Amino acid sequence: MAKYLLLKHYRGAPEAVNEVPMDQWTPAEVEDHLRFMADFAARLEGTGEWVDGQALSPEGTFVRYDGEGRPPVTDGPFAETKDLIAGWMVIDVDTYERALALAGELSAAPGAGGKPIHEWIEVRPFLSAPPTVTE
Amino acid sequence: MDELLLRELTPAVTGVLVHRGADFATAEDAVQEALIQAALTWPDRPPADPKGWLVTVAWRKFLDARRAEVSRRDREQRVETERPPGPAETADDTLQLFFLCAHPSLTPASAVALTLRAVGGLTTRQIAQAYLVPEATMAQRISRAKRTVGDVRFEEPGDLATVLRVLYLVFNEGYTGDVDLAAEAIRLTRQLASMTDDEETAGLLALMLLHHARRPARTRRDGSLVPLAEQDRSRWNTSLIAEGVAVLQEALGRDRLGEFQAQAAIAALHADAPRVEETDWVQIVGWYDELLRLTQSPVVQLNRAVAIGEADGPVAGLAALATVDPGLPRHTAASAYLHEKAGDLRTAARLYADAARSAPNLAERNHLTRQAARISQLLRG
Repeated sequence: MAKYLLLKHYRGAPEAVNEVPMDQWTPAEVEDHLRFMADFAARLEGTGEWVDGQALSPEGTFVRYDGEGRPPVTDGPFAETKDLIAGWMVIDVDTYERALALAGELSAAPGAGGKPIHEWIEVRPFLSAPPTVTE
Repeated sequence: MDELLLRELTPAVTGVLVHRGADFATAEDAVQEALIQAALTWPDRPPADPKGWLVTVAWRKFLDARRAEVSRRDREQRVETERPPGPAETADDTLQLFFLCAHPSLTPASAVALTLRAVGGLTTRQIAQAYLVPEATMAQRISRAKRTVGDVRFEEPGDLATVLRVLYLVFNEGYTGDVDLAAEAIRLTRQLASMTDDEETAGLLALMLLHHARRPARTRRDGSLVPLAEQDRSRWNTSLIAEGVAVLQEALGRDRLGEFQAQAAIAALHADAPRVEETDWVQIVGWYDELLRLTQSPVVQLNRAVAIGEADGPVAGLAALATVDPGLPRHTAASAYLHEKAGDLRTAARLYADAARSAPNLAERNHLTRQAARISQLLRG
């Protein structure tokens, strides 16, 4: 089993096929989308592949150390050009192909017109703990 | 086995150990271990005297911990760890524990965790699950909290207001898991109210009861939130409302108004309306005026502006909102709501979309997105 991070982006990912912002869908389309997301998570809990899922605020800042005795420096709000993560899911699956398949299913979440969004989902493997037996 | 009985006995048992001379931190750990053992053995062999059982087992565990600590420090000396018994307990032990766990030197998160464990009798795992952090993290939070209050005398008098703040946080901010934190907050507040004669404690209890009464109507089966105006009021728990109103009326009769009583009065007025259209908004505005006099809180100003929008119309509401700090969370959402009521759909749709973007949690974000979508649909005709 291996863990993968599936990332949704507010911006910075290549453009989806069905890119209409959610506040311009019909209420029924909003409901369908939210239900799809909840069902997706529930299904993965059922298959024993679900680890975590979180949504992120679009607001935030960069922070760096500014030297001894000085408070950290912030650089925010984020520039409009910044790649901005909207949220993540962590899955624990048997194969890389399974991670791709699940990301593909997530990408098919319905959007405007009830049609799939075809959102680009970023997939990242975790660097895991080393095996007990190493040569 | 009655898990609730087990938790109710927790503070009294800790009190007994402290009166026998145990330090609070070690005593509390010992009581926790006794609770865990009780959960394992009581289902098959329930004791005739549950409290006596807990005291005996906890005291034994305390002595073991002390002997291990002593022999770890100095194997040569034999130290007397059994002190002559003082009073077995006093009625005020639980109250003192409330004060200790809400001590002003503790951060809110630490006070919540320590109160739920030492007074509530919850396990570290249950508390960790309720606040969505790893168990080891919560265990550390509780250990550090006990070290922080390590030098506080058990009998030190405390300020009830600190305890009320902690209990309000527990009611407001627990998430998921097996333990119903809202119900736990109510249980602890009831316990506190029975030990004090304080009208703000009664006010907080009333507020919790009245909010809890609406819970069955507050979430749909898919977990989404139903706003107050849309709730199916036949699902409200009428006996909790009746109890909350009775507790509140008794407190108000003392004529020493405080924040929680005022908040409860507003909740009672909502609970009193059989349909949302019958809500007495004028009286609600009056209570917000009282709350503002007591707190000068910007959040109260915001909620008052919305109430004025209901009582005197959206234009008056927007005028009141204009005096509120626009940076407040939910300011944009309130403005969107009032603009829609005033008939300015285009602005309302834009503001709902803006508010959704800066919503602090998913439930609100989804609700605001739904409103934006609904109005966009209206505008498209």
